[in-house]
Amino acid sequence: MTIAHEEHAATAADTASYGDFIRHHMREYGILIALVVIMGFFQIVTGGVLLKPVNLTNLVLQNSYIIIMAVGMLLVIVAGHIDLSVGSVCGFVGAVAAVLMVQYGYDFVTASAICLAVGAVIGAAQGYWVAYYRIPSFIVTLAGMLVFKGLALGLLEGRSIGPFPREFQLLASGFIPDFIGSGPFNQFSMAIGIVTAVVLLWMAVRSRNQALKYGNVDEPFAVFVVKHAAIAFAILYLTWLMSAFRGLPNVLIVMALLISVYTFITTRTTLGRRIYALGGNENAAKLSGINTQRLTFLTFVNMGILSALAGLVFAARLNTATPKAGLGFELDVIAAVFIGGASMSGGIGTVVGAVVGAFIMGVMNNGMSILGIGIDWQQVIKGLVLLAAVIFDVYNKTKA
Amino acid sequence: MQPILEMRGITKTFPGVKALDNVSISVGYGEIHAVVGENGAGKSTLMKVLSGVYPHGSYEGSIRFEGEERSFRHIRDSEDLGIIIIHQELALVPLLSIAENIFLGNEVQTRGVINWPETYARTEELLARVGLKEAPRTLVTQLGAGKQQLVEIAKALSKRVKLLILDEPTSSLNETDSDALLDLLLEFKRKGISSILISHKLNEVSKVADKITVLRDGASISVADARARTVTEAEIIRDMVGRPLTDRFPPREAAIGPTVFEVRNWTAHHPIHIRRKVVDDVSFKVARGEVVGIAGLMGAGRTELAMSIFGRSYGEGISGEVLVGGEPADTSTVARAIRSGLCYVTEDRKTFGLVLDETIRRNIPLANLGGISSGGVIDDNEEMAVATRYRDRLRIKSTSVEQKTLNLSGGNQQKVVLSKWLYANPEVLILDEPTRGIDVGAKYEIYTIINELAASGKGVVFISSEMPELLGMCDRILVMSEGRFVGELAAADASQEKIMHMILNANGE
Repeated sequence: MTIAHEEHAATAADTASYGDFIRHHMREYGILIALVVIMGFFQIVTGGVLLKPVNLTNLVLQNSYIIIMAVGMLLVIVAGHIDLSVGSVCGFVGAVAAVLMVQYGYDFVTASAICLAVGAVIGAAQGYWVAYYRIPSFIVTLAGMLVFKGLALGLLEGRSIGPFPREFQLLASGFIPDFIGSGPFNQFSMAIGIVTAVVLLWMAVRSRNQALKYGNVDEPFAVFVVKHAAIAFAILYLTWLMSAFRGLPNVLIVMALLISVYTFITTRTTLGRRIYALGGNENAAKLSGINTQRLTFLTFVNMGILSALAGLVFAARLNTATPKAGLGFELDVIAAVFIGGASMSGGIGTVVGAVVGAFIMGVMNNGMSILGIGIDWQQVIKGLVLLAAVIFDVYNKTKA
Repeated sequence: MQPILEMRGITKTFPGVKALDNVSISVGYGEIHAVVGENGAGKSTLMKVLSGVYPHGSYEGSIRFEGEERSFRHIRDSEDLGIIIIHQELALVPLLSIAENIFLGNEVQTRGVINWPETYARTEELLARVGLKEAPRTLVTQLGAGKQQLVEIAKALSKRVKLLILDEPTSSLNETDSDALLDLLLEFKRKGISSILISHKLNEVSKVADKITVLRDGASISVADARARTVTEAEIIRDMVGRPLTDRFPPREAAIGPTVFEVRNWTAHHPIHIRRKVVDDVSFKVARGEVVGIAGLMGAGRTELAMSIFGRSYGEGISGEVLVGGEPADTSTVARAIRSGLCYVTEDRKTFGLVLDETIRRNIPLANLGGISSGGVIDDNEEMAVATRYRDRLRIKSTSVEQKTLNLSGGNQQKVVLSKWLYANPEVLILDEPTRGIDVGAKYEIYTIINELAASGKGVVFISSEMPELLGMCDRILVMSEGRFVGELAAADASQEKIMHMILNANGE
């Protein structure tokens, strides 16, 4: 009798699954759909300028440093903290890079390595107080924000320093050279795009097959097909556009690597699982044998390194280090993470969500600039979008 | 005489679930009416209907209070008439004083300016009525759970309560405080205040209740009049679970093996008042297959003992030795304690046991992530298999292992916590109040699991404030008082009286 009952339940579940599945994953898909809608909207109102190869490339370059930091910030926020100092750290590291390369003539590899190490030390210095002395991260990093803003100013003596060596500039403004063809269309970049799309598809199919073997698939087949077809199409289309301009930007490759590595860490490794548990319930995590203090410390070290990387990219892009570099970046970064579905109280959020959140902000900035909307209204609209995204989240949660 | 409250034919449906099905209840003037039932039987829903949390119109049926038909739209409406609920989770603001809490939202004021002298005078009066000897300016955070409960009741009195509803009022109180609270209810009864008492503790119910309503699966199963005749606990349990529970504890045949766990001269100090010894030179042994109980009043140091052993999670200046399987064990961090074969099931599963926002599947492997991963990479399918296995084995009632633990009942949450520790494969389990806030049926299941663990050769330390449970489950009972062990009893010659004697004698010294 129980078996019959279960069978009945199973068929009921099958018919209900589409609706249920979409409802349960509303947030994940919602944000992607929002990005597509926003892109579509600006594509139309800007008369097709948004997705012009040159603008698309700009879009990536303009937002690269925000995205790099958003990945680190996601971990910090999932762990239940916040880092307000990232903008200042970004600017400070840019200043360090300028001093090293321009004034002392270090080569760009050594200088970059030193800068990343400086970022790690800064993250460690802040994380130490948060993790081991339980000083609220809001306070520690607010202090850090002031300290590093001041240090950057002091280091540059109030001036701008530049230009950087040519090789260093390539980090932010260079493109993947075309190893295959020689025409205006960057065939090698296109090849990378194709390979990426194929690998992603292959991985998706493999993991679905494996999960099927264990009988734990909740994603309906149609959703699976549509989703991955759309992703593959988007990758191919966007690479094609960029290949037609100058190829894939170097920094896009850096970003793609970071996003894949951190997605893997957060979803597949014990390290990632521990960070989510720490943010979800620190007490329970601690009593499950997780070294919560060290983990908190490490998320801040990681944030410091990624802020430093972002600082390098930004300095390379401007080709100069200015005292004003990094000003207000922390707000864009934090907004991106929350738009991407992370929870203020920790334990919830995804890397992909944060990246999509950053792109939503980026596309809006870009689109509104093309339309000639003033910076005043841009701020207002961005603020409202952030609020709306979080309201949508909370509404979804109470309904579920 | 007319009853003060009459609820008739209450039916409340949530999408897909009938939470209450044609429930009726009637409470007389100056009557203590107990409502009992398993978790999920509909007790809380019924009280929410009564107090207006679920507004009139969202349910079917009628409520008559003091002879008139009532339709409450807010809690405020029912409070204005003197129906006051005191919830299981106390709703006091810790950093405000007693007086501020009592008059919160109901301040003694003229045009928004608070009259403090009057507030304090009235607070003193109310505190005297509930028998709480504290200054009105004392911060609530400085009070223990028992006293906080009294503040809640004083707050209810300040609103001129006619019908007091207490939801599990004694679940976090020790025996002395519980008794004081029950006496207070009897006192109120003499003054004509009616009460509805929701409780899992049947001994309390039979002690004070005039009438007992049993709810099961959203329906009222029986109403017994305890004034007319003696209502036995067995009878109540039968109605609650729908079958006669001949024995509240599963039978166990102890097969006691060699010593697996030994603690020698364990001492721990209070983390803030460093000089105070919270655990004072405690030594004990647990054998394989043995269930050793630790009895004691609230604040005796039982949880502190357990947590200080388990990775020094509590206290400062800890000294002593721990041996597992005859070998000295390093328990200086939680991770090391787990590695040496210990586990600790906390008394507060929501705060210390579960990541509530996460699914069953993600909670179960948390103490042994190494088991489902290789090289730090988690094998999703293995994780799924592990979670499913424990869900089946411990019969965790849930839609799937993907259900958030937040949405599980207390008993099922506790089973998830147990699963987590079973998967870590410990030699010794320290269980701290493992059945707190869990209904009778689920308790029985937890007991069965404990017996199975003991039978498989694990050592079990069982900390509990419910003496019948210790007597029913343990092979040996250690009695703890003020940080020290003051006695030991074999199960065969233990009784509640003997344990209380040991505690009281030790205190008298």
